[in-house]
Amino acid sequence: MSTPAVPDIDTLEPGQLLPVREFHADTVHLFQYNAVLWNSHRIHFDYPYAREAEGYPALVMAGPQLGDWMHQCVTDWLGGKGRLCSMEYSNRRAAFVGDTLRSTGTVQAVDRSSGEVTIAVAIVNQNGEVLAPGTAVAVLAP
Amino acid sequence: MSNLLSPELLANIGKTSPPRLELVTRKDIRKYAIATQQRDRRFLDGDEAPPMFYLALFWPVPDNGQLSPDGVAVDPLLPEFPLKRAMAGGLKIEYHRDIHPGDVLQATRELCAIYQKDGSSGPLIFYEILMRVVNERGEPVVTEKTTRILR
Repeated sequence: MSTPAVPDIDTLEPGQLLPVREFHADTVHLFQYNAVLWNSHRIHFDYPYAREAEGYPALVMAGPQLGDWMHQCVTDWLGGKGRLCSMEYSNRRAAFVGDTLRSTGTVQAVDRSSGEVTIAVAIVNQNGEVLAPGTAVAVLAP
Repeated sequence: MSNLLSPELLANIGKTSPPRLELVTRKDIRKYAIATQQRDRRFLDGDEAPPMFYLALFWPVPDNGQLSPDGVAVDPLLPEFPLKRAMAGGLKIEYHRDIHPGDVLQATRELCAIYQKDGSSGPLIFYEILMRVVNERGEPVVTEKTTRILR
């Protein structure tokens, strides 16, 4: 179903898609993200450790970094025309440096009286695997 | 299924961490916004924090010697569990108010649940931590419930 360019509670329908955004998982943003958090988990920066001790094929992207990209799928779409109220998600599979990831969103439910919109969000990798599914609830301005 | 949860372990349910106070700065918001590749100018200029900024604000800053060999901070809120390998769990976040530079926020964490389930490859232990972030007036800003799985 076509993407609503501007969220409008009067015309929004379940099944409509939010704009897809592509993210290239690279070491610079992985470093910046973990530096901002002060997260020293070695799977994010110590490749020999990630490979030999944990068995990963590459450096692992931080789970909440993917969570943030799911948030942006909604907040970018809202563009100041509404407010994100809640987000629920889980990290099911790891993402690695070198992956091409996409954030996706699909409108699930619309309550025109309250302005509340429920959106299924996800981070999907280049193989079409859903790494992190979630559900966001936003309230659109009238 | 063998019960891995002793009464001593379960007695940790309800344990809370000391409150943490943190000042929100424009520079920290900008760093977070750039690291997460935000597009919204409000966030990139540091006028308002992206929703998940609270996570960076309250990420632990352990003293030297308080890191496990994998580089992860030892969480003083958690008891010694009989299962060690952590798997990704889930996160449920409620956003009550926006965060801006100059805000002084307080976070408290509570270990609110420990339970066991049978997985396909053996028992799993789940635990849940509730974090409440409030502003200087005590008004809720963010509520986060994290579920972690041990196998």
